[in-house]
Amino acid sequence: MNAAWEVVIGLEIHTQLATRSKIFSGAPTAYGAEPNTQACLVDLGYPGVLPVLNEEVIRMACKFGLAVNATIAKRSIFARKNYFYPDLPKGYQISQLELPIVEHGELFIKDADGNDKRIGITRAHLEEDAGKSVHERFDRHSGIDLNRAGTPLLEIVSEPDLRSAKEAIQYMRKIHTIVRYLGISDGNMQEGSFRCDANVSVRPRGQQELGTRSELKNLNSFRFVEKAINFEVKRQIEILEDGGKVVQETRLYDSDRDETRAMRSKEEANDYRYFPDPDLLPVAISDDYIETVRKSLPELPDAKQQRFVGDYALKPGDAAILTANRLLADYFEEAARHSDAEVRLIANWIIGDLSAAMNRDGIDIGDCRIAAADLAGLVDRIHDNTISGKIAKEVFEAMWAGEGTADEVIETKGLRQITDSAAIETIVDKVIAAHPNQAADYKAGKNKLIGFFVGEVMKETGGKANPAQVNDVLRSKLGKLADQ
Amino acid sequence: MPTTLHKVACIICAHASQGGALRPNTPDLPVSLDKVQVQHIAALARLRVADDEIAETVDKLSRIVDFVAQLSQAATDDVVPMAHPLNQVQRPRPDRITESNDRDRIQSNAPAISDGFYLVPKVLE
Amino acid sequence: MSASSRDLHAQPLTQLAAGLSRGDFSALELTQALLARIERHNGSLNAFVTVTVDEALAAAKRADADRAAGKGGVLNGLPIVHKDIFCTRDVLTTCGSRMLENFVSPYDATVVERLADAGAIMLGKSNMDEFAMGSSSETSYFGPVRNPWDTERSPGGSSGGSSAAVAARLVPAATGTDTGGSIRQPAALTGTTGLKPTYGRVSRYGMIAFASSLDQAGVITRSAGDAALLLGVMAGFDERDSTSVDRPVPDYVAGLAGSLKGVRVGVVRQHFDAGLDEHCAAAVREALAVLESQGAILTEVDLPNLDLSVPTYYVVAPAECSSNLSRFDGVRFGHRADDPEDLMDLYCRSRGEGFGAEVKRRIMTGTYVLSAGYYDAYYLKAQQVRQLISDDFRHAFADVDVIAGPTAPTPAFKLGDKTDDPVTMYLNDIYTIGANLAGLPGISVPCGFVDGLPVGLHLVGPHFAEESLLCCAHQYQQLTDWHEQCPGDYR
Repeated sequence: MNAAWEVVIGLEIHTQLATRSKIFSGAPTAYGAEPNTQACLVDLGYPGVLPVLNEEVIRMACKFGLAVNATIAKRSIFARKNYFYPDLPKGYQISQLELPIVEHGELFIKDADGNDKRIGITRAHLEEDAGKSVHERFDRHSGIDLNRAGTPLLEIVSEPDLRSAKEAIQYMRKIHTIVRYLGISDGNMQEGSFRCDANVSVRPRGQQELGTRSELKNLNSFRFVEKAINFEVKRQIEILEDGGKVVQETRLYDSDRDETRAMRSKEEANDYRYFPDPDLLPVAISDDYIETVRKSLPELPDAKQQRFVGDYALKPGDAAILTANRLLADYFEEAARHSDAEVRLIANWIIGDLSAAMNRDGIDIGDCRIAAADLAGLVDRIHDNTISGKIAKEVFEAMWAGEGTADEVIETKGLRQITDSAAIETIVDKVIAAHPNQAADYKAGKNKLIGFFVGEVMKETGGKANPAQVNDVLRSKLGKLADQ
Repeated sequence: MPTTLHKVACIICAHASQGGALRPNTPDLPVSLDKVQVQHIAALARLRVADDEIAETVDKLSRIVDFVAQLSQAATDDVVPMAHPLNQVQRPRPDRITESNDRDRIQSNAPAISDGFYLVPKVLE
Repeated sequence: MSASSRDLHAQPLTQLAAGLSRGDFSALELTQALLARIERHNGSLNAFVTVTVDEALAAAKRADADRAAGKGGVLNGLPIVHKDIFCTRDVLTTCGSRMLENFVSPYDATVVERLADAGAIMLGKSNMDEFAMGSSSETSYFGPVRNPWDTERSPGGSSGGSSAAVAARLVPAATGTDTGGSIRQPAALTGTTGLKPTYGRVSRYGMIAFASSLDQAGVITRSAGDAALLLGVMAGFDERDSTSVDRPVPDYVAGLAGSLKGVRVGVVRQHFDAGLDEHCAAAVREALAVLESQGAILTEVDLPNLDLSVPTYYVVAPAECSSNLSRFDGVRFGHRADDPEDLMDLYCRSRGEGFGAEVKRRIMTGTYVLSAGYYDAYYLKAQQVRQLISDDFRHAFADVDVIAGPTAPTPAFKLGDKTDDPVTMYLNDIYTIGANLAGLPGISVPCGFVDGLPVGLHLVGPHFAEESLLCCAHQYQQLTDWHEQCPGDYR
């Protein structure tokens, strides 16, 4: 951290709202359709068509506002932002300027010392998304696909309260988690349903006045956001330390070179000439409506995390991982309900093997191949010593491959742990007898050889002997040898 | 006293504005426009005004600007600007898909298309 | 051909409806007769951009079949013309502009749909000022429309084609749109009846937008009775138009029966000033006397901000239109310049070539008044003055039921007379514009002649007072026959 300079960051996050139809028309919003097959006349800005607001976006915006402790406007209006660009069919974007639907919210992150830090959310407003352009496909032309035009967006603007790239990422992750928890967005950054622009400036530490800021765009992963901000901070400090001035401009992040560059296209004097959209009427929201939405809110991530620590005695770090995704948290709780084992075992299996398997197959918890109750079943069999932890991994893989429940797999593959003392003793005797040299070395004091003997017993039993018992019996018998 | 809307709009365009061809807000409304202003407005509106039309355009626009300048006389303190003639609120529609793909029929009217895309001269970003 | 079909064009809509009902003639005969008249007369008037011969004949045959089968709506077989600002599916929709010269609309406007569902037969699309911007129908890319009372003169605008077609008995009724007077003023100048309903009464879906908070769809007909019949079909909530009002549609035809006795008629002090042609003033005063003779009570009312209504309009309307017309960029439909060098060239040349001079002026005016540094002084200010004007009307309507006065300051002017100074043209709308700014319903009915040119009486009511306006107008038309006069060449 540079002691002389203070970094000031504000984030503007655009999240696509997961409605079935568009914000102002009845065309579908699903991702990935053939070009212009989901752009109806309203989306295309045909002569004579008119926008009609989708009621679900109001509900979703309210949910967000309530989740961040914000004020929901009783009356909000839509405004036209006028500019020309091929992916903007009407030549204006319907957005909100004065009287946005949500204002004055907040959320909390942790600062460098681990203390709670409040980040203000200036506003969140509704607007329509533009279409997409492709520039490399047609000779001397760009191709315009307007499927995305009219998809609802919630633009979330933070106060410039963030002081480092790390804080920015925390904030961004929190917003990401919240919108997914609320079910208002799938937060898919690859598909463009969660986009972030960063306003970055620096100022001499202690100075009140903000430095000149640049706006960073094209940041489509958490990692890129962090790298772009760090690069930009460094760039600006270098300029200022050399006695220069930072130019207020828009810069794109180039992930290949890990640098930000000023946008090449001549950003014409963009006077957006905002005025209230005469085709749309003010949106009126009653207190009753807000209360209904409030009652429908799910338990939010912070509250859930705290509850997990309290109710399940989980480590805060584990609780954070499990609550980062609402479906994962629900999975965990369902598994815990079905299991007699220690809850932390369940947590470890989810955080460890289950997550690894999902990552490996590129799926998320919604498509998990093992039901929560069945995972609980597996953990219970470890807990009641039917199988060892090691064998359990084999059972897990079989369950993941669809071979059945834990009990079914154990039965089919004959993986029950050997716990019968007599049986174990017999095998231990056999193994010790088969390796007299190592036995002698052990007698002579090479205690580490216990591992070798355990391995040999495990091989003999196909891994099924209870390791703890094997250990005990081996020590006892080898110990007796030593005494002889 | 500038409204929030105006202030915010100004903040938004302040950093983008170059050259300042339009004069800043003055209490007395201007009663004519000059050629530079008209050219700037035409560019903002993406309208090509031919060289032999410019003088007439400047003249006629100036007359209009002069004419509407009368508004500054009206006493409007504390008057709420009227955005809609009737006091109504938005009636939202349910979140339902009501449109199906009609691309080929719609695009039969389009000036330049290829593979379902609308074509424009290549845009550099 | 039966004897009566020679006179079919002379009959107003309601009479034709009765004739069809009685079987005096068929829808096909009626349509054929009018198409023949259009063929004969349109050349002298240029009222039509498109005549939909085949579609009309097919629709007429269907109408006759429906009637025979006992089906068919309240307008079954009645011919109408749509102002070329209404989108008509699979039919050219030009808005009087080169920009849409070849635009075949993929959908029908709600107004078009409702009239067609009720059985009306579209004979074609009428000519108009380009994008509805004008008061003379001279700015059309397809040439000016001529007034059947004197073809050297303008029929008014922007719904000039509709008003000329109805006045010349080429069609019994036509749709129009009114943003600053574009139905009422041409009605006055052509001796027809023009109705602009309350803002939100009729759907704007499919009506190419000029100024969204001012535009309304309406009709031009030969009588208030005809207008009542059509309004009943056109009016009503449309979920595709957020600004459309959900309010029951009364039976306007039944509402025509009423008396003028006790109706309080407001006369605006500011109307009868130097700007009003003295002969027009005389005709209007005579009309007021007729109302009074039937028991109406004339009262003077004050609209103190009246003289600011035109400047207010010429800030608000251009601002909205500058934004509404941004969609015309040569990308998805409409005129596109040849071989554009780059994007800027595509936009500037497509729009520069596609739009006429008046449209470009209004777009530029609108861009200017919304631009940074000027928004407060112009646009915001104008919306405040608009509120004052609306308040003036509200105060007046506390004391009167209807406000009456002249529709236009002069009778029809010669083509080319007012095209040098835009402001001179704008002042044509001085009496009508207030109703648009306040969203009020207004109707113009013929009330006399000046040197053989028609004069209109303008009636304005409170919001959703179409019933009483139509009743007033109808009662007046029971006592006078100005509305039955036909220009000599078109009898």
